[in-house]
Amino acid sequence: MLDDVAIRVRQNIGIVTAVLLFSILYLLYNLSHPKGFSSAVLVQNGDEIFALAMLAMAQTVPVLASGLDLSVGAVMTMVGCFASYLLTGVGAPLHLDIFGLHLGLGTFPGGMGGILLGIVICLATGALAGFVNGCVVVYGRIQPIIATLATGAIYIGIALFLRPTPGGKIDEDLNWALTNSLGDFAQTIHIFDDGAAPWFAPVAWIPVPFVLLVLIALLVWVPFRRSVIGRAVYAVGSAEGAAYMSGLPIDRAKIAAFTLAGFFAGCGGLFLAIQTSSGNADIPQAGAYTLNSIASVVIGGTSLLGGTGSAIGSIFGAMVLRVISFFFRIFDIAPLLQPLFEGLILLAAVSIGALGVLRVKNTLELFR
Amino acid sequence: MSSASLSLSRDDRPILIAALFILVILVAGTVYTFARFGSAPLLSPTYLLQQLQIGAFLGIVAAGMMMVILIAQIDLSVPWTLAAAAMMATSIGGPLAIPVGLGVGLLVGLVNGIGVAYLRVPSMIFTLGVNAVMRGLMVAHTGGYAPQTGATDLMRMLAGDRTLGIPNALFVWIAVSVLVTIVLQRTTLGRYVYAIGNKEAAAYLAGVDTRRITVICFVLCGLAAALAGVLLAGYSTKAYQGMGDAYLLPSIAAVVIGGTNILGGRGRYLGTLIGVVLIVLLNSVLSIMDMPEAGRQVIYGLVIIFMLLVYGRGERVTS
Repeated sequence: MLDDVAIRVRQNIGIVTAVLLFSILYLLYNLSHPKGFSSAVLVQNGDEIFALAMLAMAQTVPVLASGLDLSVGAVMTMVGCFASYLLTGVGAPLHLDIFGLHLGLGTFPGGMGGILLGIVICLATGALAGFVNGCVVVYGRIQPIIATLATGAIYIGIALFLRPTPGGKIDEDLNWALTNSLGDFAQTIHIFDDGAAPWFAPVAWIPVPFVLLVLIALLVWVPFRRSVIGRAVYAVGSAEGAAYMSGLPIDRAKIAAFTLAGFFAGCGGLFLAIQTSSGNADIPQAGAYTLNSIASVVIGGTSLLGGTGSAIGSIFGAMVLRVISFFFRIFDIAPLLQPLFEGLILLAAVSIGALGVLRVKNTLELFR
Repeated sequence: MSSASLSLSRDDRPILIAALFILVILVAGTVYTFARFGSAPLLSPTYLLQQLQIGAFLGIVAAGMMMVILIAQIDLSVPWTLAAAAMMATSIGGPLAIPVGLGVGLLVGLVNGIGVAYLRVPSMIFTLGVNAVMRGLMVAHTGGYAPQTGATDLMRMLAGDRTLGIPNALFVWIAVSVLVTIVLQRTTLGRYVYAIGNKEAAAYLAGVDTRRITVICFVLCGLAAALAGVLLAGYSTKAYQGMGDAYLLPSIAAVVIGGTNILGGRGRYLGTLIGVVLIVLLNSVLSIMDMPEAGRQVIYGLVIIFMLLVYGRGERVTS
């Protein structure tokens, strides 16, 4: 029994390290925060973590199939710009100005129905962008890293077309409901006696973004991981040739991996738009999110070579990255030194993980 | 035509197609300007030389990037290596400015190389970390503002002035190009680079010190980025925050459009040269057309995909 646990830990050493690191850091953070362990702090942290956690999940899936997706930040930005038109909550006429033409697209419905429809359209847009990535990679047979570099430019272009300057509006109730605690959520949409039901009280403090994260992980990632396609993604990542010879659907697996990445990135973009109540085609931000998603994946114990790891680990990787920046606020580190510390910590984290090479006896094993 | 392209080696085909595409861009741009303004600025030597002068910075970065891509790695630390070299060069000033700037590049390349070659951290993530550290160092050094110090006269002369009507930056680019071509085609180092890119384990078994070569490639890439930074600071008379950000993705795109395999081991320097010219001309045609940023990004992405669909397709995995 204990041996079993030991083996499991050794097999998942990356994710275990990430979880431990996060737990220790977060505990320390709450201990040194004047309002530590309170719902308010949790809610604030949940809001700050969510988008990066989604992008980390998004990045994980293609990485598992040994292909990097450099367009996740761009998809996030594009979906956010769509959201800033579709989630206003009031019925608004939509039109498209392109090449000097003025095309009316009818009125987008307002109210609850309109918001739900808008959310579905936004998520579908993200998934579609991912699907296009997958098709370019599989049918175009272009290396994922360079294919997504190119499609990422296209998505950023679309985002800039939609929002040349930051703007738009998100329904205020939606913003309030999704970026606070479960209690506020229930109160805003009037369920469970406006959140005052006695049985509801013990969970009312939980931040909504945290619940969303768990739901998406359990309802999307876990079933995918256990499906044939999900297993094929892992197989493609560890040995594509062997996966092909075993009759696994490698083309479909790759397309599914990129589509799922697009969907996750879309979730992140949607939340970011709701949180900031606007759409912003911010190119540096998109780039920073893409690069941080790669860092999260690595810290979360997923190999960039593909085949091993999990999106759950990447969530913790993203949390570790974010908690580190929370510490800057606590310890009052001069803002000018913060980027330096972030870089040093990232570098230290990946280098310590790599110290295993010093134990390798046969140099040939290094060249995998 | 088809028999000619069949007899070409697979390394030459991309170069030829990219060169043809450059002609297409020139013709399309000229037709546009002629119809709209009744002039053909794209065909005037002065304009082309000016574009090449701007292209020289990208060209130098791309030359270094190619060394790293050829050994199947990538260097994401280019943006802040470039900016750091420029900032250190301007803040030191005097005759030591350029050596100090290049020294920064050498140091960054050395760190990258050691991390990738000896610690075996994937270059994608290690150079990303180094980029963040360089950014942090520069933010701490400058206080987050554009540094007040200016470029030295030598830097301005190298990047901004002309000799016999030809921009000096172009001469620097040509010198770098000649050097890279000689290294890749005429030295053992070049042979080793291609060997490592194809299969590092095989190169190691053949007696190549693959880790040392990897370090050398990263140092060359760092030096190239630093040189571009020093020149760019000379061209704009000062260093500024984020001056390298616009060079990372275009330099990778230029290398790949030129037919270098992103997985390493294959590609010719001439292709990278053509790739840089293609990107620079595409940019200038788009700005003549007054294309908004949104359209530029879309066209940029479509061109990369289109070029790779024509000649950059990988092989099917069947065993």
